[in-house]
Amino acid sequence: MQFLKLILRNTLRHKLRTGLTLLGLVIAVLSFGLLQTVVDAWYAGADAASPNRLVTRNSISLVFPMPLHYRDKIRAVDGVQSVAAANWFGGIYQDPKKFFPQFAIDAVPYLAMYPEYRVPEDELRAFLRDRKGAIVGRKLSQSYGFQVGDVLPLTGAIYPGNWSFTVRAIYDGAEAKTDTAQMFFHWDYLNETMKVRIPRRADQVGVFVVRIADAARSAAVSQAIDALFRNSSAETLTETEKAFQLGFVAMTEAIVVGIRIVSFVVIFIILAVMANTMAMTARERLSEYATLKALGFSPAYVAALILGESLAIALLGGGLGIACTFPVAAWFGTQTGAILPVLEVGPLTLAMQLASAFVVGAAAAVLPGRRAARVRIVDGLRAIG
Amino acid sequence: MSAPLIRVRGVSKSYRRGGQIVPVLHDLSFDVARGDFVGLMGPSGSGKSTLLNLVAGIDKPDAGEILVDGVDITRLSETELADWRAAAVGFVFQFYNLIPVLTAFENVELPLTLTALSRRERHAHVEAALGMVGLADRVEHYPAELSGGQQQRVAIARALVTDPKLIVADEPTGDLDRQSAADVLTLIDRLNVELGKTVLMVTHDRRAADFAHAIMYLDKGELSAAEDIHERSVHGRH
Repeated sequence: MQFLKLILRNTLRHKLRTGLTLLGLVIAVLSFGLLQTVVDAWYAGADAASPNRLVTRNSISLVFPMPLHYRDKIRAVDGVQSVAAANWFGGIYQDPKKFFPQFAIDAVPYLAMYPEYRVPEDELRAFLRDRKGAIVGRKLSQSYGFQVGDVLPLTGAIYPGNWSFTVRAIYDGAEAKTDTAQMFFHWDYLNETMKVRIPRRADQVGVFVVRIADAARSAAVSQAIDALFRNSSAETLTETEKAFQLGFVAMTEAIVVGIRIVSFVVIFIILAVMANTMAMTARERLSEYATLKALGFSPAYVAALILGESLAIALLGGGLGIACTFPVAAWFGTQTGAILPVLEVGPLTLAMQLASAFVVGAAAAVLPGRRAARVRIVDGLRAIG
Repeated sequence: MSAPLIRVRGVSKSYRRGGQIVPVLHDLSFDVARGDFVGLMGPSGSGKSTLLNLVAGIDKPDAGEILVDGVDITRLSETELADWRAAAVGFVFQFYNLIPVLTAFENVELPLTLTALSRRERHAHVEAALGMVGLADRVEHYPAELSGGQQQRVAIARALVTDPKLIVADEPTGDLDRQSAADVLTLIDRLNVELGKTVLMVTHDRRAADFAHAIMYLDKGELSAAEDIHERSVHGRH
């Protein structure tokens, strides 16, 4: 008890110093957690990918479309259960800064492939009945105040002209990591409009999402699909949905690496600050440690006092930092909108925050603890606190 | 005649300062009888505190042996020495060396936490020790809330609470006014007279030394003289 009492009272001895160190720890652990959450959000699409879904695209680039008739050929490949066409629409809502992803989809097969998008039955029926209907995710509807029945005007950037949709359904995610910041509408509506406006761009598909029966056969099915279109004017590249999503992440990998490095630099900086605090603390109390040793307390006891104090500060700061991560991440999520649609503080991030606080506390106590444990009593007694 | 409590034989000690070896004590030999009160005097740098530290087991000699109550403390390991100090020696320092975040009660209780005593037993010992030094009404005070004299009395209570045979005091009145110094010296004298503690006290102050039964003079690391002042000191104080 005396040991814990000493640790507690020593921790509160210099309230300003302890308070400032705690503040630094809270900010560092919070920043670390937030940056790790952003990195996780970057990979959210890949993490949410189903192993039973493949994506077929033009092998040259996503920019180049594929003919619509590929759909029937892909559907005939052994192991394929269903196929849905999808096009990136890239429309502008009011202002280019108000970005959110919009996809033209083969509604029935596409939504069947994504059971994680939970659409109320009546709203789904209303959407399927309306050629110009749209489904928006819950986060998107909350960001821009979209309600069922609202007209959603978009200015086409890839597909020119003004487009008008009616929100017929709002979907929720089955899990926290499900992206609910997207908008979907009927591929047929896009195609029919293009037939009128720019006929040469009709019957062109951006990607085919393919559902397969057996995830273990994804490589074989992918090869079979691509073999169908080898030596054609639009050769394909089929890959798992996860690989497809990771391809997007790879384009921005330097940013992700940068964020990761910064998150660890933040922890290293607070480690240096904490080590300095503990070194100052131990130096000031050298005569007390010498007194304890003179009274018969072991060097290990003295080192444990410093370690205990350092861990108490670090874990308290870490705990507060972790507690702050949730509201700050939630607020940050509202600011990033559809750019980082799934901004959830994951259990691994929490574990890493806690571990980093523990490592900071333990590492900061190593040198001061060693010094206090090894100082000769007669030298320590001469030290002025 | 009983064996002396402290037996010092051929003790030498030197320090290394800036690459140079500075001899502090040279081939010292002396005895201190059980229940004696010995003052150590001498000019600054004569090695008084070093000798006290060696006898108290917080420093080790380069040569020679130091037996305290039959234990050659120069042969003990650091761990054994720590255990021995906890059981056998009570320390009184010039600047009291109390732990500032602990109350008077907790400071006195501190050495007892190294023993197997129960909480109830510890509290009884602490209350008795603080009662003896006249601070029973200051148990909840922190060192910063006490005067220098009171702090030194808490330190004395801490020194006697484990009931050690030997009490070492390094300039115990060096930081006190005259009245507080007299109170502290009277207290140390009581430990010697009433409880039979052997006291070894370093002091610069002749008036403080007068409380001792004998004075050893150190000069340049050697015993230059010894003076038995038992009779005179007793008469001088009363």
